[in-house]
Amino acid sequence: MTIAVSTSVRRPAGSDMIRRLPELLAIWVPLLLSAAHLIAFTLWTIWISFTPSTLVPVTGWVGLRNYSAVAASRNWQIALDNLLLFGSAFVLLSLATGLILAILLDQRIRGENVLRSIFLYPLAVSFVVTGTVWSWLLNPGLGIQKLVHDLGWTSFRFDWLIDRDMAIWTIVIAAIWQSSGFAMALFLAGLRSVDADLIKAAQIDGAGAIRMYRRVILPTLWPITITVIVIQLQFAISTFDLVRALTNGGPGIATQLPALVVYDLMFQRSLLGRGAAAAVLMLLILLAVLLPYAAWRYVQRRRAIHA
Amino acid sequence: MQRGVMSSGGGRSMRSFAPSRILIYLVVSLIAAAWLAPLAVVVLNSLRTNEEIAQGSMIGWPQHLAWSNYAAAWSGFCVAETCAGIRPYMLNSALVTIPATIFSTLLGAVAGYAVSLWRFRGDSWIYGIVTLGIFLPQQMRLLPWTIVLRDTGLMNTLTGLVVIHTIQGLSFTTLFCRNYYVAIPQELIRAARIDGAGFFRIFWRIILPLSPPILVVTVIWQFTHIWNEFLYGVTFTTGQQQPVTAALIALSAAVADIPQHGVQSAAVMIAALPTLLIYLIGGKYFVRGLTAGAVK
Repeated sequence: MTIAVSTSVRRPAGSDMIRRLPELLAIWVPLLLSAAHLIAFTLWTIWISFTPSTLVPVTGWVGLRNYSAVAASRNWQIALDNLLLFGSAFVLLSLATGLILAILLDQRIRGENVLRSIFLYPLAVSFVVTGTVWSWLLNPGLGIQKLVHDLGWTSFRFDWLIDRDMAIWTIVIAAIWQSSGFAMALFLAGLRSVDADLIKAAQIDGAGAIRMYRRVILPTLWPITITVIVIQLQFAISTFDLVRALTNGGPGIATQLPALVVYDLMFQRSLLGRGAAAAVLMLLILLAVLLPYAAWRYVQRRRAIHA
Repeated sequence: MQRGVMSSGGGRSMRSFAPSRILIYLVVSLIAAAWLAPLAVVVLNSLRTNEEIAQGSMIGWPQHLAWSNYAAAWSGFCVAETCAGIRPYMLNSALVTIPATIFSTLLGAVAGYAVSLWRFRGDSWIYGIVTLGIFLPQQMRLLPWTIVLRDTGLMNTLTGLVVIHTIQGLSFTTLFCRNYYVAIPQELIRAARIDGAGFFRIFWRIILPLSPPILVVTVIWQFTHIWNEFLYGVTFTTGQQQPVTAALIALSAAVADIPQHGVQSAAVMIAALPTLLIYLIGGKYFVRGLTAGAVK
């Protein structure tokens, strides 16, 4: 821990500092910049959220007024409802898709590497790009509905993109396509690391493939599942680009999400105080997911040490 | 391929059942086709003329290859008032992504080495704070960055974006490098120090030569992230200074009146190409970054 101190020969502290200056700069400047900006920026945004700032940040104190204004706005309420629906549907479905894909790829099939690459490639591409493409495919006048109409089935309807009640599901579809490959990659790693002895023992007991998965293999995936859920939830909470490119929050404000509300308040309506309050609320939602997870990880780690 | 590694699970596969094998292949192929469909749609549309797309749907085979879409998307198309295609925006993205990737990776390597092997008072605290940056949403930093960029005169400059991505990238790069370096035995460093090697000499002579595997992961990760970034690009730059992601959104707003889907598809394809290529070439490392960021 303190090798640096113990091995350095005693000499006047000043000259030692000068000699070690380049080293100290290299260590501390990037780390301090990174750490300080995180703390300072968080406190800064929190502070602005309590001020009456509109176009420019100003000093002053309005208590929780910005928060109550945000919480009372229809925009924010719809954003929260959407987040709840989008978050749970997206996480559950991408988890299921990822798990199914992982189990299928775990059957020692040919071309596994190619298939894995296909399921993962959306993650390498910008949400702006994928959102744009999905907006074409889901646009009833251009995409899937138009294709089916042109093929002769004219009563076919798939117009969720312009349907107020269904539009949020188009975000779910695109988000699942984008990131269930991630769940698959983690699950696959988990499946591959299942203790071979455990499997052999179950085989000797005459367990079939399905029983084997249900009783032996899948239960070992719990820790990975929780990690995937938390990461996907975190993604859902801060989703911005995808919605911006796919629906831009519309039709109307039907696909509004918290990240869009923050942007709208800050840069389109120039209500910096309220925008900051909305950002802090986003952080609180995120913490509601992350803190239990951190506690769980802590308990797990302690149990692993004491085991 | 990696048979050896993968067969560790023993004979748990359903190999013996031929019909179920066929079903597995069928399901996997269908999902794979669905996953490739959006890419296929863009590629095919980028080769179709606007008339062709207007007559049918966005899903269709090109009748004759309209390569001119690419030329138009690259250097002729109008975004906002300027008609230079997406070339200037691609250049902007490159001018932001390449330096920010290099800086954040190098600084992350030094920082990761410092917190894992060099050790100093408070190292685990400061490392903990730095990694919190992975979770802090962009929205919490938007206003402070706006103010900092304005006060330093870096608003609406590529340099401003480079600074942002370098500093914010440190959270990931430090984490990646630190997790890799902790596996290097402390004794190696201790022995070198007894021989009189200092911080930098150990970094150059011992750490860097051991680093290529993690540096590839970090570079690919950072490049992909910064290239694909949108929110900061659209908030802190306007017009000719925007990165390609922001320009694509501006372009789709511009063509809303007169649909130009062929050209737009070509533009989308060009914008996605750098990260797609990197994924094709270094996919293994991309996935490693993905899982490293997830579980550590």
